[in-house]
Amino acid sequence: MTKYIPTVGIECHVQLCTKTKLFSEVDNDARLKEPNSCISPVDYALPGMLPRLNKEAVRLAVRAGKALNAEINLESRFDRKHYFYPDLPKGYQITQLFHPIIGAGYVELPNGEKVRIEHAHLEEDAGKLSHEGGASLVDLNRAGTPLIEIVSMPDMHSAETARMYVKELWRAMTYAKVTFGDLYNGNMRFDINVSIAEEGSSKLGTRTEVKNLNSFRSVEKAVEYEVKRQTKLLEKGEKVVQETRGWNDATGETTSQRSKEEAQDYRYMPEPDIPPVKLSREFVMTESQAVATLPSEHRTWMRGMVADDVTEILLDYQSLVEKLAEVEAVVSEEKKTNIIKKVANLFSSVLLAEENTSLLNDELPSKEQLINLAEMNEKSELSSTGMKEVFLKFFDPEMHYKTTREIAKELGVVQENDLSALEAIVDSVLAKPETKKAQEDYKAGQEKVLGFLVGQVMKESRGKANPSSVQEILKAKLK
Amino acid sequence: MKIAGKDQSAVELVKTALEKAHEYQKDYHVFTWINDAALKRAVEIDEKIVRGEEVGRLAGVPYALKDNFLSRDGETTASAHILEGFNSPITATAVQKLEAEGAIMIGRTNLDAFAHGSSTENSYYGPTKNSKDLERVAGGSSGGSAVAVALGIVPFATGTDTGGSIRQPASLNGVFGLKPTYGTISRYGVVAMASSTDCIGFFTRKASDLDLLMEICAGQDPKDLTSLPDYYKGSSNGFDDPVKKIGIIRDFDNEAVAPEIRQALREKVDELKAAGHEIIELDMPALKHALAAYYIIVPAEISSNLSRHDGIRYGFRSEDAGDLSRIYQNTRSEGFMPENKRRIMIGNFVLSSGFYDAYYLKAAKARTLIIKEYEKAFEQCDFLLTPVGPSPAFKLGEKTHDPVAMYLEDVMSVPLNLAGVPGISIPVGKTEAGLDIGLQLVGPRRSDRGLIRFATQIAGEVQVREDDSLDINFENGEL
Repeated sequence: MTKYIPTVGIECHVQLCTKTKLFSEVDNDARLKEPNSCISPVDYALPGMLPRLNKEAVRLAVRAGKALNAEINLESRFDRKHYFYPDLPKGYQITQLFHPIIGAGYVELPNGEKVRIEHAHLEEDAGKLSHEGGASLVDLNRAGTPLIEIVSMPDMHSAETARMYVKELWRAMTYAKVTFGDLYNGNMRFDINVSIAEEGSSKLGTRTEVKNLNSFRSVEKAVEYEVKRQTKLLEKGEKVVQETRGWNDATGETTSQRSKEEAQDYRYMPEPDIPPVKLSREFVMTESQAVATLPSEHRTWMRGMVADDVTEILLDYQSLVEKLAEVEAVVSEEKKTNIIKKVANLFSSVLLAEENTSLLNDELPSKEQLINLAEMNEKSELSSTGMKEVFLKFFDPEMHYKTTREIAKELGVVQENDLSALEAIVDSVLAKPETKKAQEDYKAGQEKVLGFLVGQVMKESRGKANPSSVQEILKAKLK
Repeated sequence: MKIAGKDQSAVELVKTALEKAHEYQKDYHVFTWINDAALKRAVEIDEKIVRGEEVGRLAGVPYALKDNFLSRDGETTASAHILEGFNSPITATAVQKLEAEGAIMIGRTNLDAFAHGSSTENSYYGPTKNSKDLERVAGGSSGGSAVAVALGIVPFATGTDTGGSIRQPASLNGVFGLKPTYGTISRYGVVAMASSTDCIGFFTRKASDLDLLMEICAGQDPKDLTSLPDYYKGSSNGFDDPVKKIGIIRDFDNEAVAPEIRQALREKVDELKAAGHEIIELDMPALKHALAAYYIIVPAEISSNLSRHDGIRYGFRSEDAGDLSRIYQNTRSEGFMPENKRRIMIGNFVLSSGFYDAYYLKAAKARTLIIKEYEKAFEQCDFLLTPVGPSPAFKLGEKTHDPVAMYLEDVMSVPLNLAGVPGISIPVGKTEAGLDIGLQLVGPRRSDRGLIRFATQIAGEVQVREDDSLDINFENGEL
């Protein structure tokens, strides 16, 4: 049977987290606001209104460009894209078709693959339409929200790669702090272009576009579905129709929306109300430098110290990898791997455990606290359990100004490693009449009673004894 | 302009203007709305004067506002059905500036709907009549404003000039009409026709009055990104070199231009020579492409700017609006005038996919050539003197069925708009039949002040029915 290779390109709309809209001075954050309460005469498209340009949006676009490893165009321009819809008050969207602000770049995936970025441009979002009881309602709060649209090259060849790409894009954009990245609220939305071609063929197949996906999972599922659907068509000897399709999250299917013949002619033209945007090299430099270390850069230094799967979990939390990087910067070379690994595991297995995730909203422990904690564990002064207990205690505001050791002591989890002291405790336990039977059983060859004896010693030491040391001493004494 | 104060009160000035407005309205149809509440504002100004408070440089001066300027006074209709019932919450920057100086708007003047036209016959509310002959057109699109000043109702009126809409009606009614350098006066709050050529300007009976109006209204506006940095007050009035080099364009002296206008131009040239000025004959071959380029670029921008009139948010909505496509189609079919539709159709055509390069882009290139042609011309001369249009006022209805003949009215006025250079229509005489003849004085970009000064020098003032002299004089060479 013929094997088909999928090809996927993705366009992503990212809502920028500016205070005000792209072309007016009203609030850009419409969460929890009444419909149509965040609109200016400009966004409402009264006659005679002219767009102003929000410098903050340009600033964030430059930062986004840096996060995409892209060239920033020192001169960019705006264009008008025309179509009629009630959520588009002017009858055109102001976008950048001919001279976008962000040029070619790339996003590096966890597996090292690079997805090239064709370009990315600034544009305004449209409003929202809702349909209730036979009526259609328009809410223009979102109209004029600044977006950057990031257009990838068709470099992806599987649903999984597509998912990796959108996730990595989300990380890059949130690390660069250009968006709140709240997918549920549509802060990032994806349009996927999917085609399939016979293996070895140099020509791409006819593509379909699935619009308005708002989760990593739906991107993956929609690519999967389209590949299956297109494969079936070709296997039946039918053709794939170039069209726009919608995604139904409930059924997991795509459905036809409009074909190429029905496609609109957007009648693009240069936006005459906004002069070309000129940026100085200094501006671009300053903004690029303000961008935090990117997820792919963190991945590089973590490699070899932290297990890949743990790294991928942690990379979803910028604050955690940045804390880890703080630790990395100050610990000595010989201790580095062990300490980083321990802290990374504390983050991934303790902090990110479901019952603790609320702590993510709190201030993280200081790098000194974390390093001391890992070192105490390293020196067997803390058991793994003790280390976790102390770690969680770091989030208690009352512990804020205490050292790791103070907290460990307060919790009573510092392990007794002094052998002579341990021996004394062991002796006192062995002297107790209630342990006589166990001692005899052990000597008779029932090795499992050793656990009971270790437990008694631990009890006597109020948990501070190092259990493996206790075991060694017991074994020696009962020989 | 008579300012309220010593001799006359604001109430007297405004009362007289309102009386005249009502008196002439029936025959000439100057206004779309007369602001009888203007008297209230006059009373306020008089009270201020009595109290000895600052009243501004236009205290109590009544003026007429072209009905495409947004203001809270009266509905802004742009003489278009589709804006019916539109009460603007916004006041245009230019209006704010005039009224901050004490000017009082006594009425909104008639225009071709959305300023599309050269005769004011495209007004939804019917044409305005020529100030000298009721059977002839007022010119357009600012016909109402030109006639309001020519009849002596008000000492000045505002206008907009996208391709001649101030200069042509000024010339057909024997008053001064200034189209400043593109970007000199903010377009904020003025119903857009073509964003890249729209200019805000004025009609007066004294050239020198234009200077005061420019001092007040010129200046950069953060609400209009295309507005130029302030230059007007600091620019030269040309007194340093009283002898000017005046360029005459050979091409414009052709048979398409009415003999009496050609004669008037020759007489003016002789007069200038006699006064010691130097006359230079020029060829500006690129200008012959101006009309064609204009009727591509401008309709493209019109089709875009008029997209917002969709019946969804404000203005007129068709009664037959049962679903979305009917709201759009019927509202726009019923709400726009035939000339509006013609330009929307042309605009959509030249912007449509596959035609953009052949039309819009080519026109944009022609525009660049025209800009360069003016730059070259102004290396050789200080100002150009040309006819404004090819004929004196034509009969009502004479050209309404021949759009191309109507467009030819603009052949000598549109090149300035494409190049962004300033021009003043100056009244120079009358035809045998008593119709007004105007000539156009053109200067390089930002030469507005010198241009006004020179117009004052060579044309002085117009006596209209009754004289009203200005309080500013040029005797000592100071504006």
